[in-house]
Amino acid sequence: MYETNYHRASSVDDAVAQFGKGKEAKFLAGGQTLLPVMKQRLAAPSDVIDVAKIKDMVGIDVSGDTVTIKGATTHYDVAQSDAVQKAIPALAHLASMIGDPAVRYRGTIGGSLANNDPAADYPAAVLALGATIKTNKRSLAAEDFFKGLFTTALEDGEIITAVTFPIPVKAGYAKMRHPASRFALTGVFVVKTKAGDIRVAATGASQSGVIRVPAIEQALKANWSASALDSVTISASGLLADIHGSSDYRANLVKVMGQRAVTAAG
Amino acid sequence: MGVEGIGASVVRKEDRRFITGKGRYVDDIKMLGMTYAHFVRSPHAHAKVKGIDSTEAMKMPGVIAVLTGQQIVDDKVGNLICGWAISSKDGSPMKMGAWPAMAPETVRFVGQAVAVVIAETKNLAKDAAEAVVVTYEELPAVPDIKAAIKPGAAQLHPEAPGNVVYDWHIGDEAAVKDAFSKAANVVTLELTNNRLVPNAMEPRAAIAHYEAAEEHYTLYTTSQNPHVARLVLSAFYNIAPENKLRVIAPDVGGGFGSKIYVYPEEMVALWASKKVDRPVKWTGDRSEAFLTDAHGRDHVSKAEMAFDKDNKILGLRVKTHANFGAYMSLFSSAVPTYLYATLLSGQYIIPAIYAEVMGVYTNTTPVDAYRGAGRPEASYLIERMMETAARQLKVDPAELRRRNFITQFPYQTPVIMAYDVGDFNASIDSAMKAIDYAGFPARKAKAKADGKLRGIGLSCYIEACGIAPSKAVGSLGAGVGLWESAEIRVNPVGTIEVLTGSHSHGQGHETTFCQIIAERLGVPISQVSIVHGDTDKVQFGMGTYGSRSLAVGGTAIVKAMEKVEAKAKKIAAHALEASESDIVIENGEFKVTGTDKSIALPMVALAAYTAHNLPDGMEPGLKETAFYDPTNFTFPAGAYICELEVDPGTGKTTFVNFVAADDFGRLINPMIVEGQVHGGLAQGIGQALLEGAVYDENAQLVTASFMDYTMPRADDLPSFKLSHTTTLCPGNPLGVKGCGEAGAIGASAAVINAITDAIGNNKLEMPATPDRVWHAIHG
Amino acid sequence: MSTVKLTVNGRAVSVDVEDRTLLVHLLRENLNLTGTHVGCDTSQCGACVVHVDGRAVKSCTMLAGQAAGSNVTTIEGLAKGDELHPMQAAFRDNHGLQCGYCTPGMIMSAVDIVHRHGGNLDEETVRHELEGNICRCTGYHNIVKSVLDAAGRMKVAQAAE
Repeated sequence: MYETNYHRASSVDDAVAQFGKGKEAKFLAGGQTLLPVMKQRLAAPSDVIDVAKIKDMVGIDVSGDTVTIKGATTHYDVAQSDAVQKAIPALAHLASMIGDPAVRYRGTIGGSLANNDPAADYPAAVLALGATIKTNKRSLAAEDFFKGLFTTALEDGEIITAVTFPIPVKAGYAKMRHPASRFALTGVFVVKTKAGDIRVAATGASQSGVIRVPAIEQALKANWSASALDSVTISASGLLADIHGSSDYRANLVKVMGQRAVTAAG
Repeated sequence: MGVEGIGASVVRKEDRRFITGKGRYVDDIKMLGMTYAHFVRSPHAHAKVKGIDSTEAMKMPGVIAVLTGQQIVDDKVGNLICGWAISSKDGSPMKMGAWPAMAPETVRFVGQAVAVVIAETKNLAKDAAEAVVVTYEELPAVPDIKAAIKPGAAQLHPEAPGNVVYDWHIGDEAAVKDAFSKAANVVTLELTNNRLVPNAMEPRAAIAHYEAAEEHYTLYTTSQNPHVARLVLSAFYNIAPENKLRVIAPDVGGGFGSKIYVYPEEMVALWASKKVDRPVKWTGDRSEAFLTDAHGRDHVSKAEMAFDKDNKILGLRVKTHANFGAYMSLFSSAVPTYLYATLLSGQYIIPAIYAEVMGVYTNTTPVDAYRGAGRPEASYLIERMMETAARQLKVDPAELRRRNFITQFPYQTPVIMAYDVGDFNASIDSAMKAIDYAGFPARKAKAKADGKLRGIGLSCYIEACGIAPSKAVGSLGAGVGLWESAEIRVNPVGTIEVLTGSHSHGQGHETTFCQIIAERLGVPISQVSIVHGDTDKVQFGMGTYGSRSLAVGGTAIVKAMEKVEAKAKKIAAHALEASESDIVIENGEFKVTGTDKSIALPMVALAAYTAHNLPDGMEPGLKETAFYDPTNFTFPAGAYICELEVDPGTGKTTFVNFVAADDFGRLINPMIVEGQVHGGLAQGIGQALLEGAVYDENAQLVTASFMDYTMPRADDLPSFKLSHTTTLCPGNPLGVKGCGEAGAIGASAAVINAITDAIGNNKLEMPATPDRVWHAIHG
Repeated sequence: MSTVKLTVNGRAVSVDVEDRTLLVHLLRENLNLTGTHVGCDTSQCGACVVHVDGRAVKSCTMLAGQAAGSNVTTIEGLAKGDELHPMQAAFRDNHGLQCGYCTPGMIMSAVDIVHRHGGNLDEETVRHELEGNICRCTGYHNIVKSVLDAAGRMKVAQAAE
């Protein structure tokens, strides 16, 4: 790791001010992605601004039709939350499958989304549930937030302060884990919204990062059941390929994980 | 057996320090004035080094020196050696290119060091290493065996035309041809034995300390064999004469073969320590381990087996290509030859065998012995062949094996080995019973109804451990003897120190070796200490690898013990005024048989050191040494059966049951033996399902961290059901055979045989990832 | 450079370190607590696991500064004097370690697992929960056995308190 300057922010405003002072500053929440990258000397921030101890950045709130998770809330706290388990059990389940227990104690929803790893779990939930990402500057719809591999709509000095998820009628998440990294080789999140829409998102599969899967959405709209996907064919074109999964294998996984997510959703 | 003697599952003496965080590994050690080394490594698989500019690096804070490959060559530090000479079919010696500790002219694999930075802290050394500017001229790279032997392939070393190190053979070609001409059936099989990265959890590390006043070096290193390291550093690398070089291997966090070898980093640390006149520490990180620790396996083979009309094997023909990487590592040449092809008879009567092995250079990390070393490759080939044959011949795989088992011992195979003892039917019986083999068809049918593909796979392995005798291995080209030494010191108050040349890096010697003493003397193991891993303390030793520590090192202890007992009995007889032949040893007492007269061990020891009343002419003291050179290898064998289910939707494999029935001869500490088997099985299963080092077409390592190289995790593995059958090894007084590698040797074939059985497609390579299995199911 | 103040194994400490210093290096290099190990550089192997404010985290993936003000327990702080923690004793009694390198992190993770699940642990849960700790020696068989054994012992110890 290159030498850097560590700052612990006391508030969101303080974090933004500190960020502005640094030459090439980065926000640090759980650090479960940023620190490994810094250790490999693939990132060299002049300053890291720790936002994890800001009181306003941590917590879960369920009110009316939404679940709001503040930006620096850890995966562990989401997975353990009775409120989340009750309102959107698939979201708690997803959080319980990220990384490993030690990672879940430190990693945060805001950090995961800001990094937008194409194989991260949270983007699938955010996109499928049609969540709103709240920052210190604005609110962004999920569709407008993800901009491809490791790229988001976030501007310099913009912090994810919270994510608001509409509570669906049904939702399910199924993931085939990457055997080595334990990210998603492919993960599929299926949702039936209160408005009756079907939204399905896949992570780990596409060269463009998290994607909606219209073929599955259409089939489930006609018939919400795992078997409804039997006749669906997912094209391998544009999908990721590596030593752990060829693109046709991932195409198969999008379908199979989709079926298992529907089964999990009930 | 006493409560702490042979056969007792005593909890380990060494554990307390490990479970309380008090283990002492190399990186835990600090020395006054210590500096830190960080290597500048090649990002290219094959390139000329055109220039190294360290001007900027030398200006950076805390930098003490930047040293290059040319300097180490100029200082006449020797090139790395390969210690086993193999000749080709035509009688020509193997063709080896030079391997300098840091490359002065040409780099031949990604990660090869070209320079080293010595600085005040590790971070400063790393910072400065980035500022060293190396100019490379890239050359075409050879990523694998196929590319290496292609006409017109890039050449790695001028000494090895066509990238061929040797083209070796063993067996009787004519006899095999004859056997095939009489065959009723011939079964053929092509397979790859995947390349593995050992990944002991402790990365390699070294601390070198040169003391100018004494012209003396001390090296703390992560070694499985500190004496061999000293020998090589002294005799071949010109670091220092042996009496001026102390090598210490303290607690070592796993080895699995990868810590047998002397690596460039230790050589450079020693050399640099004199250059900067301060202690130099190097601690590898995991990324360096992936690039520089010797990898394992990497064979491509074609095999044919001939059967008569009664399904008896007539002959076996094997052609194997072995990848050595960019340089010949210390024992690399022996692995695909004498440690592999000599085991191709498996557990079977095969009247004629002929094997050809071509070893080739590629622009990849050097390949050497990794847990099992050659024997897993042989076992995997034979056991997949037997399963393939059973399916082709439409006979039960267990039945086909039984039909061909060797049942009379000793048995001379056509490929050097003379098996001394075994009972292969007993092992397979035990395993089949444990897994309820007969009930499998019903279980398979039930799984099918649940949408799962269930399979069962057998693997009946045999291995050769305790490579010996020295005279024989010498005649086959080994550069060292493969004996072991032990010294037993009975101290004046009766405590005992056992100095052994074996080295424990997880095997539990500190407990097992004490149990041997406890068995003979009846003293508690708390009274006995095992001393190992320090060339200043232990006279000499050959170290720990090839499952040799108990069969060879343990026997050396027994031999030294016999001498101690003989002298102690004389002292006791003298003190008790009895005949020496009437003295028996029980519970730490020397007794006159048939009387109540006795003298306790501490009193005998004290008498030996006070020397006030010893038999006439006897030297004082009670300390004996033995060097033990075995008469033969030992031959552990066993039967493994794996039952598993495959999810047809994802290709994912889930274990239902894994049973292992091993014959290791006598067990000293069954708990430790079983732990060794568990670990070996995990590595064998890891090879079958998860692990595989992959290079891209430019010979860049794709699987260069735990993010891409799949290490077995707890949830990838089942709990194992172990059992033991016993035939005592006649070659050593303990009757032991060795247990450290068995699991890694036998497991892979059982897993792959089970998966191919489940999916009904025999074309499947390791690692059988879900992707590969899914494609094998769906085409 | 910054001054980092924290509590380690019950002792208040104040250490001057570069800001890039990871918690594991502060423990090993500055406090000589070398029981916490480094086995990888990608935050996966778990040899470095310690407890920070009661949660088992990877000390190689945490800046020393992030731990300022926290309560850290390392493997050296687990036993009560000569009395081993039940998890330590269970690892010894069940041969849950061989080379010992992954053991400190394994034990610290295992204690956390039992804290989270109480006595309601089965083999499958333990195997799943250990996915952030890699062992190359034991094949995990006896580690799983150790954790299940310790879970029982810890439940008994808790009941006695």
